[in-house]
Amino acid sequence: MMIGRDTFIPAGRTPDAESEQRLAAIRQEAELRGEVRSDGIRPAGAPFPTASPETGYYGLPLLKEPAWTWEIPLYFFVGGAAGSAAVIGAIADYTGAARKLVRDARWIAAAGVVISPVLLILDLGKPSRFLNMLRVFKPQSPMSVGVWTLMGFSGGASAAALAGFLRDRYGSSLAIRFVEQTGQTIALLFGLPFSNYTGVLIGATAIPVWNLNAGELPIHFGASGLGAAVGILELAGHQDSRALQILGTGAALAESFEGMRIESRTEEGLNPLKKGFSGMIVRTGGLLSGPVPLALRMVSMAMGPKTSGKLRRFAAVSSVIGSLITRIGWIHAGHVSARDWRLPLQISPPNNESNSRDSSG
Amino acid sequence: MSVTAFLTDSTLCIGCKACEVACKEWNNVAEDGMDWTGFSYDNTGAVGHSTWRHVKFVEHTPEPGYGGNASELNSWAFSSDVCKHCENAGCLEACPTGAIVRTEFGGVYVQPDICNGCAYCVVSCPFGVIERNPADGRAFKCTFCYDRQKAGLVPACAKACPTESIKFGEIESLKVRAKERVGELHARGMQDATLYDSSHTSVGGTHAMFIVRGDPRSYNLPPKPEIPTIYARKAWTASAMGAALLLGGAVVAFLSDRERSGR
Repeated sequence: MMIGRDTFIPAGRTPDAESEQRLAAIRQEAELRGEVRSDGIRPAGAPFPTASPETGYYGLPLLKEPAWTWEIPLYFFVGGAAGSAAVIGAIADYTGAARKLVRDARWIAAAGVVISPVLLILDLGKPSRFLNMLRVFKPQSPMSVGVWTLMGFSGGASAAALAGFLRDRYGSSLAIRFVEQTGQTIALLFGLPFSNYTGVLIGATAIPVWNLNAGELPIHFGASGLGAAVGILELAGHQDSRALQILGTGAALAESFEGMRIESRTEEGLNPLKKGFSGMIVRTGGLLSGPVPLALRMVSMAMGPKTSGKLRRFAAVSSVIGSLITRIGWIHAGHVSARDWRLPLQISPPNNESNSRDSSG
Repeated sequence: MSVTAFLTDSTLCIGCKACEVACKEWNNVAEDGMDWTGFSYDNTGAVGHSTWRHVKFVEHTPEPGYGGNASELNSWAFSSDVCKHCENAGCLEACPTGAIVRTEFGGVYVQPDICNGCAYCVVSCPFGVIERNPADGRAFKCTFCYDRQKAGLVPACAKACPTESIKFGEIESLKVRAKERVGELHARGMQDATLYDSSHTSVGGTHAMFIVRGDPRSYNLPPKPEIPTIYARKAWTASAMGAALLLGGAVVAFLSDRERSGR
């Protein structure tokens, strides 16, 4: 009987038996239930608004939602890929792999070094005060440790990339080789934590869905970053590298395990990873980072070089997009989790009876 | 100077909001709009960047004597909420700039000239207190009237409170007073009066104590607030494991590649 918002309502109406019956029914519902609900009319808690151990403080969220803007999930993605790329580049160099692979990996790391601080600074409420991060080092603050890791990584990765470029262009000298090797070692040492510390950053917070996964997030984010770094390198023309295939398979395997772990756990606090819009994003990211590239890589191993390269490029694209979506999904899930007032108050979710009452309105 | 604390006694609160007004006026905090929550007489909702004191209107179903109303009317309790000034403060530990410090009075203070608005404290507060001001960019919360305390005065909210629902003083003596007051309320038949206490959690107690009637959860006071730093060890261990896996994986992958290509 509801009249939709877009329905034309005539100026005058003739009362009839049906209209009067409807008004009587509304009155009866009010008498019986103490409230009447309709589209756009929902007196929450009416007629007596109550606060109780079942409803908390009117169901108002206790925690504040993250205030971070779009730059932060993008930074997580860029940082993860750059850190892993630096590690790949350094190990490739030490084991005497193709010079082009080493060079490309270094450039990816250096590109990340340029983009990361820009994203971080853009997100700050007072961008002009970025340097305030560098006035102290606080080991108990993952943000402080992360910023200093980024600083060390920046120096190492950019030195290695630039010195390598100069060596290729103008020939080798002792000084250049020294800068290149030192930079590469520093980039390796800082790149290892830089590839996954963002998992610590969000894991050690008051947001339930994040701190419930504090012990897994760094490995998850590390695997995600590795998948992205391998993917970018393969798309840069290294789709024949066996080492990258092994690393890409490993990352996809780890991501598949992570997906299975999330799906098999049943704590209420993990719902934002599985339900609603945030669950959809996390699951999409998980599929694109785990099972999809894993399957493509398995098939590619059995194929001839031409088909294999094609399949690996598909796997690479899937991993890169999956890594980005995974970061967006986790941040989004953090927002949903912060809004859930039941978790920090340790109040059980409503039973089926109150659910059906809500939906009957 | 002694270490100080608030003791907010909700059984004395009349919901006049003098503390909110006094706080805003003394600290020059911006107004936060004339918005209606639509479900309660509380139209503010929660403490935030522009609300450092906030009177909660906890409305119960009719219960004679509860809030002093007639037996057929809704029972009301009021409680003035504020930053808890935790002994182990999540925001303080998380702050990467050192802007958030512990003062000589035991309070947790955000230095506005240092804060760069990274917003990491926002997700590190187990009580959902500190918030980034979207217009200004920095994070704000109750200062524990650090400026007034330095001048030997009580915080603005405590000074303006007409019923002494907000008590302020040296922390140890306030703890004793809180216990005495709860005992007094129990003796008067208010068996549900409790002192909200978080000293058994990793937060390790607060410099803002609350006496409430009934379940503290209906005042949005969490039963088990935890400082996020307790998750850091687990997370850094996982980070080290992830780094080892990455390093080991890369070495294995490139060594096996070299063997195959016979270099």
